[in-house]
Amino acid sequence: MQRNRDASMKRAFADLHLCVNLKDPATASRIINKAATLGYRLIAVPLSPETREDEKMKLQRICSEANIDLASRVDIKPKTHNDLTHQLRRLRRKFEVICVTCENKDVARQAAKDHRVDLLNFPSLDFRKRFFDSAEAELASNSLAALEIDMKPLLVLEGPARVRLLSNLRRETSIAKEFHVPIVVSSGVANEMLLRKPRELAALTSLFGLDEASALEAVSQNPVSIVKRNRQKLSPKFVAPGIRIIKEGKDC
Amino acid sequence: MKRVKRRYLALQVDSDEAPTPKEFMDAVWGAVTKLYGEYGASLTGLALIDYNAEKKTAVIRAALATVNMVRTSLASITSVADREAAVHVIAVSGTIKALYEKLKW
Repeated sequence: MQRNRDASMKRAFADLHLCVNLKDPATASRIINKAATLGYRLIAVPLSPETREDEKMKLQRICSEANIDLASRVDIKPKTHNDLTHQLRRLRRKFEVICVTCENKDVARQAAKDHRVDLLNFPSLDFRKRFFDSAEAELASNSLAALEIDMKPLLVLEGPARVRLLSNLRRETSIAKEFHVPIVVSSGVANEMLLRKPRELAALTSLFGLDEASALEAVSQNPVSIVKRNRQKLSPKFVAPGIRIIKEGKDC
Repeated sequence: MKRVKRRYLALQVDSDEAPTPKEFMDAVWGAVTKLYGEYGASLTGLALIDYNAEKKTAVIRAALATVNMVRTSLASITSVADREAAVHVIAVSGTIKALYEKLKW
C-alpha cells in the first residue's frame, strides 16, 4: 500500500487542453501559474497554425517561470477526410499534439485510422455528432489515437443537458475500455476558476463510470506518453519507431 | 450497531470574497444533492467542523464510504452564494488531529 502511495505521489499530471488567450499575457500567466499550483507538470495549449514565433516564445517563458512543461497543440476541424489528411501532412511535424474535432462520421473514421492523430474530440453539446461507437473504437485501437474528454461542459452544464452528456460519456468510456483505446481527460477551460486539481478531475470521471486507476491514468500516464512519444518522433535523431541515431560521423 | 467510519477533509475555497460558513455549506449540500440526489446526500453524513473565513479554509466530515462522492461533488462546485468559486481538497485524514498535523495549521 505504501509503495502504491509512493508511486502515485511521483505521478506527473498533465492537462493537454488549457485554453489560453495569447493576446492577453497577464491572464495567460495567471492561468498557467494556477495550473502549476494545482499540481500539473505538463500542459498543452491549443495554438493556431498561424501563431507567431514571438507569441510562442512568450508562452514558453511564462511556463518556464511557472516551472511547468509546455507542449504545443493544434486543434483541427476538417470538413472532409481529404481536408483532414491535407492538414495532417501540413501540421504533423510542427506540433507535438494534434487533436481532431470530429464534426462528421467521415472525418471521425479517417481520424481514428490515421497514425498521425493523437486525440479524438467530439462536440460536447451536439449529441448527434458524438461518433465514438465500437467501429470508431476498433479503428482507434489499431492506430495511436486516444479519446479526449473535456471536463468543462460537465462543470458548466446543468440539468437535462448534463444528464445526457453523462450518459453519452458513460457509453463512450465503456466502449473505449472494451477496445483498449486510451482515454485522456483534459480541462478544456479558459477561466482559472474552472481549473481543478488532477485528482479532482479524476474524481469527476467517476460520474461516468471510470474506475480510480483508469481515471488517474487519464490525467497522467496517457497524456504524458502521447507528448513523450511525439517529442521522440519530432527529434532529429528519430528514424523509425524503435530506431534512432546514436552517433553520426566518419568514425562510427 | 456497526460504528460508522469517517474521514475529515481539509478544503480551500478559491473565490474573490470569502463566503460565510452557511453559504459554503449550502453550496456543498447543493452540489451533493444535485449530483447524487437526496438519498445519496443522506448517506454522506456531512458536517462542518471548522471554517476560517480569513484563510478561506474549511474542514468537513464525511462518511468513509461516501468520500469519493463528496470529492466529486466538491469538484463540481462552480459558485458559492452566486459568486464564482472553486473548492479544492487539500488533505484527507481519519482523525482531526492527524489532519491538522498534516497541514501544520
